[in-house]
Amino acid sequence: MAEVMLEVKELTTKYITRYNEDVFAVDHVSLKVEEGKSLGIAGESGCGKSTLALSLMGYYFAPLHYTSGEIIIDGRNITGMDPDEVRKTILGTEISYIPQAAMNALNPTQKVISIIEDVYEAHDINKTKKEVREIADECCNVIGLPSEVLDKYPVELSGGMKQRTVIAISVILFPKVLIADEPSSALDVTSQKMVIKMLKTLMDQGFIKSMIFITHELPLLYNVTDEIMVMYAGQIVEKASAKEAVFDPLHPYSKGLMGSIIVPESGLRNAKLTSIPGVPPNLKNPPAGCRFAERCKYGRPECRVISVGAREIEGSRFYRCIIPEKELRETYQREANHNA
Amino acid sequence: MPDEKKLCLSGSGLTKIFGFGRQRTLAVDHVDFNFYEGEIISIVGESGSGKTTLAKMLLGLISVTEGEIYFQGVKRDISNNKKKQEYWKNIQAIFQDPFSSYNTFHKIDSVLLDCIRMRGGGNLPYGKKVELMAEACSFVNLKFEELTNKYPFELSGGQMQRLMIARIFLLKPKILLADEPTSMIDACSRATILDYLMKLRNEIGMTLIFITHDIGLAYYVSDSVYIMEHGKIVESGSADEVILHPKAAYTQRLINDVPKIYEEWDLSTV
Repeated sequence: MAEVMLEVKELTTKYITRYNEDVFAVDHVSLKVEEGKSLGIAGESGCGKSTLALSLMGYYFAPLHYTSGEIIIDGRNITGMDPDEVRKTILGTEISYIPQAAMNALNPTQKVISIIEDVYEAHDINKTKKEVREIADECCNVIGLPSEVLDKYPVELSGGMKQRTVIAISVILFPKVLIADEPSSALDVTSQKMVIKMLKTLMDQGFIKSMIFITHELPLLYNVTDEIMVMYAGQIVEKASAKEAVFDPLHPYSKGLMGSIIVPESGLRNAKLTSIPGVPPNLKNPPAGCRFAERCKYGRPECRVISVGAREIEGSRFYRCIIPEKELRETYQREANHNA
Repeated sequence: MPDEKKLCLSGSGLTKIFGFGRQRTLAVDHVDFNFYEGEIISIVGESGSGKTTLAKMLLGLISVTEGEIYFQGVKRDISNNKKKQEYWKNIQAIFQDPFSSYNTFHKIDSVLLDCIRMRGGGNLPYGKKVELMAEACSFVNLKFEELTNKYPFELSGGQMQRLMIARIFLLKPKILLADEPTSMIDACSRATILDYLMKLRNEIGMTLIFITHDIGLAYYVSDSVYIMEHGKIVESGSADEVILHPKAAYTQRLINDVPKIYEEWDLSTV
């Protein structure tokens, strides 16, 4: 078995608003990413995907607060570490994060190479300018970014190029885990493809050891990741291999989510899209039972009271629903026959 | 679709140039199209391809540099405000960003009342107006009693987008132009909005024009597809023809670059 790069046990974090209300955005999330693997996180807006990404880094700042759980990066437990120490020794070198609008993070008054030099300086790594440039050059070579980029100001680059530059900077210290939060959502399809290709190359060449990829675009997730976790209202409702998650989802929410995929491929024109009625629950006071019960087609009265744990099935797959696997499958089958 | 297709909106040699001299930008370049009644049309292109400029010209929001637009076979005349108002009874739009589509100072009621007035219902008794508004709201699963006396910013994004559709329900235009109606919302809510749009189309039998960069969406919803690149229409035809058997190099590239789930997504071609 490959080495586990990132392990998270029952991580719970919350936001505290200025009126002192708690918003439980990440609730008992456990996950494991092995070396050379990528994990995808899917879910609709506001389900806590991005908060999970922030929480995984172990670097909390208001209004985000840590409640319980453990984060272990490559055998090293980082929970309870001093924020400053996390910043110096973990971020960038162990775990790296590409936020949603990453390309806006480039300082317009600095050349790209000088931003990279700053990264080295901030981590107390003594390297001469020449050495930094050599590493940066090599990095650019590997990911197919022209080296001229290094001597340009961010305003001289196009959107797609800026995004790729940011990714290059975020992996310059060879982190073990890269968290990419919607890295391509602001780009057109061609630039998106370039970004994805680049992330794949980074994995293959060993620049990064594992990756967590967050997006609501399911076809993209399917193509990039090995495993997919579906998140709903702060909880993971299903985890499965990418193929199983897309073609054979079990949880009623994942089922609805996968039914909303539109791709330009023959046969899909006549497919019926599923839409899930209603809105997600308010996370200030999440419901006691299943959080999806309110919107679930198959909901039963007991769903609203019994808190549902993860139900494990073959391998590392699990889902969070009180209905047994067999019964769910039969229901889906019956529905498919009915529609046909 | 009926055997005899009636022309609804068409254009010939439509061109838009912004600026002049060195700043001169050719945004839309001699575009020809024929949209038929009851059809669902998609205009697909990447950012900067001129699709929104084309949409604004169709709506009469910006002037046309060259070429003509024909509405139901007759040359469009929007030379004065009165004629414009008349034209807008026939063509309406939903925009990408529901937040900026409302006047912040107007309550929801007045937004909907405006629509009723535009349809010539200004003299109806108030009770009848409320009935109409409630009907429109319930069409998109909103409750009018909860919206009345509220300002647009008190609604969520999804509610606003649905209220836009309720507006169209009241206006009953012949043509609805939807400019990236689903690009601000995630994939799951997209299905809901599309459902409402389709329901609305079946209800009032209008022509629906989608402006989008999402080629999957274009394939899913439309009868005919127009692909735009640098202000020109490079390919057009039925959805199956254009998306499954693209001829233009640009279309081929565009489709090739979209992540797929049944076929292999070829990463080597960038």
